[in-house]
Amino acid sequence: MEALPVAGDRRGILSAVPAALNGGDPLLHPPPAPDSLVLPSSPGALDPDAIFSLFDPSENGGDDGHGGGDAPLSPRGIDAPSRSTRSSASEYSRITVSDPQKEQETTSSLVPGSGFYVTYLISTRFVSGSGGGLAEIRVRRRFKDVVALADRLSETYRGYFVPQRPDKSVVEGQVMHRHEFVEQRRSAIEKYLNRLAAHPAIGKSDELRVFLRMPVKSPSPSTEVASRMSDGVEALSKQVSGETRGRNVAVATQGLVQPAKGRRDFMRMFRELTQSVTNDWGGVKPLVMEEDKEFLEKKGKLQDLEQQLTTASKQAEALVKAKQDIGDTMGELGLTFVKLAKFEMENATYHSQRPRAAEIKHFATAALRTSRFYRESNAQTVKHLDTLHEYLGLMLAVHSAFSDRSTALLTVQTLTSDLSSLRAREEKLEASSMRFGGDKSKIHRIEELKETIRNTEDAKICAIKDYECIKENNKNELERLDRERHEDFLVMLKGFVSNQVIYAEKIANVWANVAEETKGYRSQSKSS
Amino acid sequence: MISPERSPPRSSSQSPRSPPAAPFLSISVTDPVKLGNGVQAYISYRVITRTNLPEFQGPEKIVIRRYSDFVWLHDRLAEKHKGIFIPPLPEKSAVEKFRFSTEFIEMRRQALDMFINRIASHPELKQSEDLRTFLQEDEETMDRARSQETGIFKKPADLIQIFKDVQTKVSDVVLGKEKPVEETDPEYEKLKHYIFGLEDHLAETQKQAFRLVKRHRELGQSLSDFGKAVKLLGACEGDSLGKVFSELGAKSELLSIKLQKEAHNLLMNFEEPLKDYVRAVQSIKVTFADRANAFRQHCELAETTKLKEINLDKLNLMRSDKVREAEMEYRELKAESEQATRRFETIVRLMNQEIVRFQEQKTADMGLAFHQFAKGQAKLANDIADSWRSILPKIEACSASSQHG
Repeated sequence: MEALPVAGDRRGILSAVPAALNGGDPLLHPPPAPDSLVLPSSPGALDPDAIFSLFDPSENGGDDGHGGGDAPLSPRGIDAPSRSTRSSASEYSRITVSDPQKEQETTSSLVPGSGFYVTYLISTRFVSGSGGGLAEIRVRRRFKDVVALADRLSETYRGYFVPQRPDKSVVEGQVMHRHEFVEQRRSAIEKYLNRLAAHPAIGKSDELRVFLRMPVKSPSPSTEVASRMSDGVEALSKQVSGETRGRNVAVATQGLVQPAKGRRDFMRMFRELTQSVTNDWGGVKPLVMEEDKEFLEKKGKLQDLEQQLTTASKQAEALVKAKQDIGDTMGELGLTFVKLAKFEMENATYHSQRPRAAEIKHFATAALRTSRFYRESNAQTVKHLDTLHEYLGLMLAVHSAFSDRSTALLTVQTLTSDLSSLRAREEKLEASSMRFGGDKSKIHRIEELKETIRNTEDAKICAIKDYECIKENNKNELERLDRERHEDFLVMLKGFVSNQVIYAEKIANVWANVAEETKGYRSQSKSS
Repeated sequence: MISPERSPPRSSSQSPRSPPAAPFLSISVTDPVKLGNGVQAYISYRVITRTNLPEFQGPEKIVIRRYSDFVWLHDRLAEKHKGIFIPPLPEKSAVEKFRFSTEFIEMRRQALDMFINRIASHPELKQSEDLRTFLQEDEETMDRARSQETGIFKKPADLIQIFKDVQTKVSDVVLGKEKPVEETDPEYEKLKHYIFGLEDHLAETQKQAFRLVKRHRELGQSLSDFGKAVKLLGACEGDSLGKVFSELGAKSELLSIKLQKEAHNLLMNFEEPLKDYVRAVQSIKVTFADRANAFRQHCELAETTKLKEINLDKLNLMRSDKVREAEMEYRELKAESEQATRRFETIVRLMNQEIVRFQEQKTADMGLAFHQFAKGQAKLANDIADSWRSILPKIEACSASSQHG
């Protein structure tokens, strides 16, 4: 990679990266985290005041432009800094999905009401030094392309915790019109792509790169062909350059193994399919014997974690809602008192009314300020506690990585048992031909059988390599999951707790002032 | 009916012979107890009167009263002191289920206590004989008095008045005078407009206050649930991170309790005073009605008297033998009319005093309510800040160790 000047950086936060770093592998010399605003990359050194001083709007009443405390960045911009440090280890610093457009389907469809689809503008910003000199690349993609990408990744990255793609909802043409649906999908795609970019292996993948960079020359069918072709080419070139480390070798190998296995293969695949259906997350049938105790232990722990995450995620949502409600009601209370104060002032005939009206106004103002603080605090709490939802979502990726593993193991075991039954048949045939003399057809059959056995042995070797590779991926991913989760949770906790402290102090201040102002009323006894 | 002097002699004088200390009359409504069974069950309260006033039977008197006894007192005072804003009573309970809930009983007790003390500190009401009856008579006498009032044994004079009212209404309709006669005093109009508007505004604030109480409870609940979930998550994570989660969960649960407490404080010391304010305004509206009635009577009687006078003059001229009868009737009617006018004027005079008192009292009440609110909220917020702050060092320690580890 050549050293390049930082082109068109509008953020102004990315400091100019020294040339020496540009020449190196991003993994070895991570550039400064672009997403964090004022912070160093280590999660432990967060200064709550530094973060939140950015979101402290002026105290002069009225609606502040900061609204819910959103920074100029998009909602995910306030990612845990450690997460964005990781994401910047890939070449993409930020992927934005925007500008949904309706386009006409070129091939007519049988489904009435369709005939068009939505495309999204995908803008990818590059970390300085990568991207071939460009600061940003834009392509248009439709959801079908996203699905295709996801399918390719799940084939290629077996054993990895591959982030799950957004749901395909079965939609009528009518529903697709709806702004809400399109907006939800846009947001989901954006989150998905950024998660992909943040993954240490997938973020560097060709599949992702092609998706983000290759301009679409023609509508869907040819795009898929083109991408598959380029996949194949790239896979081959990868093999040549030896960059197969960490990837599933089976992909390249499958391309090379003879296609014509015919009926036997089909039968085997059918058997495996029925077998894998009966296996589920918790049930381990005797046929697929996972003997790795350590793995089983980890799996059990993750099950437990998933359960707790589900509950915690749900309660976090409920908590956010309760905070929102109390903030809203405090605001409404303030407003009714404002109206009361106004009413008293307008109708003041007696001495005591004017001070009372003023008192009421002070109270109302305090209530309104408190309401605003609740809202601001909550906007940040949402982002912090989002970590819980993120990791819950990740569990799906873990499921599928583990099922990749059991599928691979199943293949190995099926091939093993196939092999033993084939060999048994061979023995029988040989024995019978020795006894009854060989005739042409029997010899031919034995020859065929021998070939089948050789092929099956080859397949078994591949399958074992496959399985070992997936096991290795699982292991690495598990370590990564534990490590990153530990870090991310700490950041979440720190952010959440600091936020609560800061806003509680602000609110305490507001009411302490009111209490001070009104303390004169305290001395009046009930019989006055 | 001398109550035994159970309490130790007070330094402020008991005996009438000692130099007169500041007169005081202080009453407590305490100690609610459920009596009776089933549908007939009710709550009784202890009413303790402490005073040095000579009109009372002694320095301290304790009686047992129930809600309907307070209602009796309220109604008697309302009848006899038209023009005065009678302190409001808490509502009859609408929902059977909550009639005996601890919260409801406490709110009612507080409101009754305030009711009786306001009467005791009102310059005119405190001298009422009915008040003394209420505070001192034994329970049987009280029961009798109460049932007399609410039963069909109304005083004959009342019945006549009721008939008269009905008559007037009917004749009004017959004569096409359906619109009741009303005052046209602009100041009074302004006051009426103010009071009616005030009721609306206050009702709204009370509604929001109640909602805020609910929100505190809901937040408390969800913090508690969150705390539990986080604790479980911590148990799952284990090691130092797990400990931090546990700590977070524990603090959440603690704060949940504080929130419930603050909800209760808000209910008693903020929402109730607002409700009380609304009731007071409604009591003023009753006085408006009394004043309107008095005005109408005064007008009608004045008119009828005039007609009678004209008639009398006519009879005098004709030297009819009906003159003497007519003269007697005229004189009676004139006396009545003057009485009605006096009643009306008393009401007007009293109302003017009362409204000043009302405004001052309400400024004080609102000020206190705001103070209680602010104090409670400030304390809650400080507790929250302290609780969360105490976890920060643990989080720091955890991240520091994970960096090196």
